[in-house]
Amino acid sequence: MATTPDAAWRPPMLQVEGLHAYYGRAHILADVSFAASAGDVLALLGRNGAGKSTTLKSIMGLVRPAAGSVVFEGERIDGLAPYRIARLGLGFVPEDRRIFTDLSVMENLEVGRQKQRGDGPLWTPERLFELFPNLGRMKDRPGGRMSGGEQQMLTIARTLMGNPRCVLLDEPSEGLAPLIVEQMAAAIRALRAEGLCVILSEQNLHFSSQLADRAVIVEKGRIRFAGTMDALRAEPAVREQYLSV
Amino acid sequence: MTFASFIAQLLNGLAGASSLFMVAAGLSLIFGVTRIVNFAHGSLYMLGLYGAYTLLEGLVTPLFAFGGFGRTSLGFWAAVVLSALLVGLVGVAIEVLILRRIYHAPELFQLLATFAVVLVIKDIALAIWGPEDLVGPRAPGLDSTVVILDRHVPQYDLALIVIAPLVLLALWLALTRTRWGALVRAATQDREMVGALGVNEAWLFTGVFFIGSVLAGLGGALQLPREPAHLGLDLALIADAFVVTVVGGLGSVPGAFLAAILIGVVKAFCVAIGTQEFVGLEVSFSRLTLVVEFLVMAVVLIVRPYGLLGRPPATQRLAAESASPPRLPRWPAWAPALVLLALVPLAMPSDRYLLVLLTDIFIFALFAVSLHVLMGPSGMVSFGHAAYFGIAAYAAALMLKRAALPMEVSLLLAPVAAGGFALLFGWFCVRLSGVYLAMLTLAFAQIAWSVIFQWDSFTGGSNGMIGIWPPSWLASKSAYYWLALALCALGIAFLWRMLYAPFGYSLRAGRDSPLRAEAIGINVRRQQWFAFTVAGALAGLAGGLYAFSKGSISPELSSIAQSTDALVMVLLGGVQTLTGPVAGAGVFTWLKDELARHTEFWRAMLGLVILALVLLFPQGIAGGARLLWDRLPWRRQTA
Amino acid sequence: MAKADGMSAAPVLEVRGLSKAFGGVRAVDDVHFAVSSGELLAMIGPNGAGKSTCFNMLNGQLRPDAGTVMLERRSIVGLPPRQIWRLGVGRTFQITATFVSMTVRENVQMALISHHRRLGSLLPRASSLHVAEADALLERVAMRDQAERVCGVLAYGDLKRVELAVALANEPRLLLMDEPTAGMAPKERIQLMELTARLARERGIAVLFTEHDMDVVFGHADRVIVLDRGRLIAEGTPAEVRADPQVQAVYLGTGAMYGHDA
Repeated sequence: MATTPDAAWRPPMLQVEGLHAYYGRAHILADVSFAASAGDVLALLGRNGAGKSTTLKSIMGLVRPAAGSVVFEGERIDGLAPYRIARLGLGFVPEDRRIFTDLSVMENLEVGRQKQRGDGPLWTPERLFELFPNLGRMKDRPGGRMSGGEQQMLTIARTLMGNPRCVLLDEPSEGLAPLIVEQMAAAIRALRAEGLCVILSEQNLHFSSQLADRAVIVEKGRIRFAGTMDALRAEPAVREQYLSV
Repeated sequence: MTFASFIAQLLNGLAGASSLFMVAAGLSLIFGVTRIVNFAHGSLYMLGLYGAYTLLEGLVTPLFAFGGFGRTSLGFWAAVVLSALLVGLVGVAIEVLILRRIYHAPELFQLLATFAVVLVIKDIALAIWGPEDLVGPRAPGLDSTVVILDRHVPQYDLALIVIAPLVLLALWLALTRTRWGALVRAATQDREMVGALGVNEAWLFTGVFFIGSVLAGLGGALQLPREPAHLGLDLALIADAFVVTVVGGLGSVPGAFLAAILIGVVKAFCVAIGTQEFVGLEVSFSRLTLVVEFLVMAVVLIVRPYGLLGRPPATQRLAAESASPPRLPRWPAWAPALVLLALVPLAMPSDRYLLVLLTDIFIFALFAVSLHVLMGPSGMVSFGHAAYFGIAAYAAALMLKRAALPMEVSLLLAPVAAGGFALLFGWFCVRLSGVYLAMLTLAFAQIAWSVIFQWDSFTGGSNGMIGIWPPSWLASKSAYYWLALALCALGIAFLWRMLYAPFGYSLRAGRDSPLRAEAIGINVRRQQWFAFTVAGALAGLAGGLYAFSKGSISPELSSIAQSTDALVMVLLGGVQTLTGPVAGAGVFTWLKDELARHTEFWRAMLGLVILALVLLFPQGIAGGARLLWDRLPWRRQTA
Repeated sequence: MAKADGMSAAPVLEVRGLSKAFGGVRAVDDVHFAVSSGELLAMIGPNGAGKSTCFNMLNGQLRPDAGTVMLERRSIVGLPPRQIWRLGVGRTFQITATFVSMTVRENVQMALISHHRRLGSLLPRASSLHVAEADALLERVAMRDQAERVCGVLAYGDLKRVELAVALANEPRLLLMDEPTAGMAPKERIQLMELTARLARERGIAVLFTEHDMDVVFGHADRVIVLDRGRLIAEGTPAEVRADPQVQAVYLGTGAMYGHDA
């Protein structure tokens, strides 16, 4: 694995500060803060219902946070509409994939297409088919007739068509065959190699520990641990308590 | 029937289908992307027709600089296109000012908002164009006929038959060959995800609303040489457009085209056959035209539950959702209210107005609660609940007048008749869900209405029936008041109790998770069918009581307007609570009565009140109150 | 007509030649297997291998093109889900399916009301029926203390246990569990599978489950069958299947992604 880049000398790409969110009366997020830089893979760990998805959705503008701020590349993005946030260079891969089942692979990619921005990588369908060779073999197949693993790859490819500089991945390994999970891991490593900032929400500690440099553990909407993966490895009690490993 | 007459009728039918296709395609497109069943779509059609009329009038007046331009072929088509575009702008205004604010509200509230728009537009049209039918000119250059098989076929009809496929082709290309089309189809499935991928979905929606409205306006404007503009077009057209959309498959433009043609052809066939004799029985097929499209729809939906070219939608929820079960009102709450109401005639025996109004409210409360049983716990939204109200009213009147049964017996048989029809119609309806189910209920209500409306010799047709009075012991307003109070209270109590019994629980189970319900042995469809029947029977009790309280009835009692009244009552009061529909019935009946007494434009007033409520409380009045309560800082807790 | 060997422990579920095609694609192709009383059989395979299709044919959602499905020697092909349930097949779903507007106890009561065939009752209060029986079932899955809570607010792992209690309400002979531990934390997974195994052994219930968590499969299944592209490619004990090169090639991969958490 690549050595962890020293982030001290540059401002973080994504900075979440004191985020609070509610669904009706339920307090889903309470004072969630973390930051990540280009080339970072940050794992957001926690049990089902802990608030991981809500955190990602709050960053993306899909859930409106009640308090707190989200700063992306120096610009405050909390309160913006999701499409504006996406156009600034944040990509979101939802946990339930949400492929457009009536659209072909190529059309799915077309919906995700956005202009290249700054010095970020420029993704084309051809480049994506190198990353996910399976997709290249089924360009005209409707999304609804693909297997779960293929759909998961298409979701990531579709998001990359927007040339994001930071990608939010919500449980990319959930419900996938072990072989497909290995391919997912390879894809995430490729994104990191492109210099993207990757935020990974996961329950699967084993999967994330092979990819992430740092981990944040969320439990009942609060951050219970933040540190490097190595630090987490050294804390079996923390893993036991919040991840019930 | 000769072949020639059939061809002539067929061309006529296809020309009519052309406009219908455009309206339905617009409705389908809008529904697909925004998930809004746009009740106001028929109103947009009506505006297109009126607009084209006025533009042409304006263009032919000598005052106008272009004097005479309107009589040229170019002037005519310019007026048609301009009218369609103006209607498109009206559509944009509706979307931006109203719908955009309530995309996150429950679907039924959006429906309510578009219905309010129908009311407002109807009165605006009344104010501008008046109540008289307006007959437009013929299309210059296309005003003669072509002889086909010895029959004279209007040139204009042939033009319409050509225009429809061209519109279809243009739409199809736009949807399948452009980025815009891919975005629209993607948004049809998951609009939130489209936004998260960087697409400004608000403008996408507005664009779709514009195109859909233009299509409705175009459909209307193109009919100018063929039919007069009048104020009844809005609801008449929306029913037709619903049918075409549902037969074709919601969201499918080619499906709408196929369906429009199918219905056009079948109608032409019915007219061409005319009156035929079958084993000594005379059947008038031409009279069938009013209902034949609904029969086609019923058949198509039974064979293909999602329409000709439709597919099962990924998420289909028109049901009013409630996270927590409503609580059964306890006797300390309702007993005093009941006693007070029972004392009213003693306290104010001379206030006939109050007694009549309260009697109406009791009847509509029962009607609304019976609809709520379907909409809330059963998860079935009916757009045609008035069918059972009207059928029962007529059943009661017919038994009294034609069968000479005593009033008491007639009143008791009214709900039986309504329940019987609900049993029959319900068998078909429960096979569907969501919007499709709602449309099928509407279709059955429309069939009931048409039969009542057309069967002059039996039901009195459009004149209705009069002299339906109770016997002397119930003749006084007070006596009838007590009867209505007692029967309605009993009916409501029975329905509420039923919801808390295993049967009612099984309905909720089927609504919450049909998958799980079937997996624990519940025959969801059969339970829903039974609920449909019970709700129909109790709506029938209300209908019977209504007939004898007024002394006269008309086909209006089973009309779309009557059905939507009930929907509005339930939604205004709130679906989440049991008492909501009762309160909604009270407020709505009183408000309608007040407005009608004070202004000619009471519909617009009512529409504006509904819009205000919907915009202020997008979660429903009950939901809005709960939301405010939850927002209080001390109510917030950590999950 | 009855077979002579029917005396010994006949399988609870016996599937033979099960096939289903969608638009020319063979989603399930000539699959056969059997599950015995008290046994936990895992069905694994790549996404899209036909596991869901197979499951849906067993529970009555789909009608097979060919093949037999025998539940205690009675064919259940073509029966709707609700009748298959009445014959003793309980189910849990991949994405939990509970009645969200009802309490935990009412969810179980609903199943009991159906079991006792009282779904048509119009007057008694549903929430006062079969209370003791419902609580006993909840006790078994350790959810008794949450009986009054509305299902809509429960934690995910708890919902899975409610589903188990509901599935047990009509004394099933066979449990079909579709990804029973999906979305749960490692320790919760182990607890749920241990509970399932204990109930299966105590009551002689046959259990068929699908799962993508190999720690659960290899740790709790008695036997494993592997599907790929609709066909049965391997069958055996967890150790045998794990060592099978073909299974490794199409499904398990290098093993880098599992086997370390437990």
